[in-house]
Amino acid sequence: MRVALFVTCVNDALYPRTGIAVVRLLERLGVDVDFPAGQSCCGQPQYNTGYRYETEPLLRRTAEAFAGHAYVVTPSGSCAAMIREHYPRIGRKAVGEGRGSELAALAEDLAPRVYELTEFLVDVLGVTDVGAYFPHTVTYHPSCHGLRGLGLGDRPRRLLAAVKGLDLVELPGAEECCGFGGTFAVKNPDVSTAMGADKIASAAATGAEVLCGADNSCLAHLDGLLRRADAPLRTLHLAEILAATEEEPLP
Amino acid sequence: MPAFPALPAFPAFPDAARDAVRDDVLRANLRHATHTIRDKRARAVAELEDWDRLRAAGKAVKDHTLRHLDRYLLQLEEAVTAAGGTVHWAADADEANRIVTELVRATGEREVVKVKSMATQEIGLNEALEAAGIAAYETDLAELIVQLGHDRPSHILVPAIHRNRAEIRDIFRTEMGNWGRPAPDPLGDDPRDLAEAARLHLREKFLRAKVAVSGANFMVAETGTMVVFESEGNGRMCLTLPDTLISVVGIEKVVPTFRDLEIFLQTLPRSSTAERMNPYTTMWTGLGPSRGADGDGPSAFHLVLLDNGRTDTLADETGRQALRCIRCSACLNVCPVYERAGGHAYGSVYPGPIGAILSPQLRGTGSAIDASLPYASTLCGACYEVCPVAIDIPEVLVHLRERVAQGGPATRDGIRVRIRPAQRHTAERAAMRAARLLMDHPGALRAAERLLARARRLAPRRLPGAGRAWTDTRELPSLPAESFRDWWARERGNPQ
Ligand code: SF4
Repeated sequence: MRVALFVTCVNDALYPRTGIAVVRLLERLGVDVDFPAGQSCCGQPQYNTGYRYETEPLLRRTAEAFAGHAYVVTPSGSCAAMIREHYPRIGRKAVGEGRGSELAALAEDLAPRVYELTEFLVDVLGVTDVGAYFPHTVTYHPSCHGLRGLGLGDRPRRLLAAVKGLDLVELPGAEECCGFGGTFAVKNPDVSTAMGADKIASAAATGAEVLCGADNSCLAHLDGLLRRADAPLRTLHLAEILAATEEEPLP
Repeated sequence: MPAFPALPAFPAFPDAARDAVRDDVLRANLRHATHTIRDKRARAVAELEDWDRLRAAGKAVKDHTLRHLDRYLLQLEEAVTAAGGTVHWAADADEANRIVTELVRATGEREVVKVKSMATQEIGLNEALEAAGIAAYETDLAELIVQLGHDRPSHILVPAIHRNRAEIRDIFRTEMGNWGRPAPDPLGDDPRDLAEAARLHLREKFLRAKVAVSGANFMVAETGTMVVFESEGNGRMCLTLPDTLISVVGIEKVVPTFRDLEIFLQTLPRSSTAERMNPYTTMWTGLGPSRGADGDGPSAFHLVLLDNGRTDTLADETGRQALRCIRCSACLNVCPVYERAGGHAYGSVYPGPIGAILSPQLRGTGSAIDASLPYASTLCGACYEVCPVAIDIPEVLVHLRERVAQGGPATRDGIRVRIRPAQRHTAERAAMRAARLLMDHPGALRAAERLLARARRLAPRRLPGAGRAWTDTRELPSLPAESFRDWWARERGNPQ
């Protein structure tokens, strides 16, 4: 099987380790990975802040970059939700404004081919035990876009629970938003920080060594708070845990 | 008087929220109250196997009614009139306040008792009556606390949610005597003692009042029936004891038939108070045979139908779903932003997620507070998940952000206008455009990433400008030596 990796702009520039982990993981599972170089940002920051017109060229670019790939896999729930939920909506709005029928067609064509990493593993490959090894205590924060936008359900937890050596502890109030929310983090910094502080406090109280998530944007916010507080807990993207094996532990 | 008298005093949401976030007592009060009710709500909803179907049915009934609102409102007017009531139409807050003030004046009375009502708060009726020399007494317990405390409500259902018991006792002790029967002395802060003090204080008012003012949760077009859901029974006293009853109701509250109430009788109490059924549901239809001079209930009934921005909202295809709202307040109780910011930060009688989409539609996005409300959310989607009429609040938030950031069509006072993008977003717009241009040219993006990586040791701990809001409380992610794109090119070559 061949898939295209949509690494997302945040992972490309700030968290290349996550992209590398996805490549290692998928290849270990016998999947061929392409990285279409024409990809960039899905336009979520622009769209969610109210700049729909600025989002349209990025929709077009993303759709063109992944034209012809039956499976597009991304390690970001919010970017997957952006493409699946909001691209068709942007297309319909453009049509409603008397233009963009081509844009709408591109959006409709791409949306169903995009998979968040855990969906792809569980639903398409049909695996929950990916042969990973990670001997640590881990707690999982389900980001809102994965949880409510995509309906990932317990897929991430099932994948983590199957990792050898991993001790998965429940995060109290897991379903509560961490307070990142894209530009919300800078537009409403006080509320954003208050929400994040509560989240890291619950995570720390579990006694876990690692706070795991499937969206590096939320993790960047939580990690920034943890490091400012000099807390012993560290954040890790789910893909990095799933990529780790006894022979090749996390770098 | 302007439509929303206190409006200029409201700062933009982020500024108003800052104080609330730092108020530990307020945060603790809110956290305790919202978490208790949200857990109870989840249990009450889980009891119904057909919740999803009830939710869909509620949505469908509301959508159908809104689509044919003109027809149903006329039918309602006819039914209310046939039953002996009088219907008045109010285009905005001023007109509604004028109508009610004149109706009270005509009775010769100088005071009215009130059932808790969002619509009369929305129009600032108490202040308008006061200006006309008429005292309006709130009779809902929480609303009484707010009124006696010279405060503003901070929650749809529990307006005094931001107060704890000790604060309430102090308010009762110092204020009750100024308005009527003083609080018993000594007064403890046990909920039962507080409720008893309120009961004694209010009883005098019920027995004396000749005029009552109410809102309604629903109006049935078919029969002209008004419906009020409540918990304490004080509303029923207002609705039955005085001679004259004046109800001010938003035009979106109409439902076609009596049977439609069945859906909301199940979904509203469970969503709002987490009860299977609310203790008191009062329904009245004009002046029936048992009402009037020798029967029970008032001898005169006036219905004031309030528009105040509602038909403008109805004209917006995406935004109109906000008019489905049945004011259950479930979205407030699950909202993590409301929980930290408190209700006052929303600068309106409609706080929380529903307030963030309703106020900027009813009032327009012109003021600082209304332009900031669509951004008072992380778009986490918890509000949409609990809403018993399935209002996609995140969708409307993004839609309204668009209106603020890049402008767009809207209807104001019945006229189609093009809203210009907000001035204060100029710098942001430039940044979004620059980011988009960069993202749209992967070659340039790659060069920028490399530059960033090379400069990583120079990266400051604190950023200037908008970035400061991040670095004030959070560390920045450390920059990697190489981007994913470069790693791929190095490891795999770059076939494309
Ligand atoms: S928007 Fe929905 S959840 Fe919020 S108050 Fe209205 S009906 Fe209730």
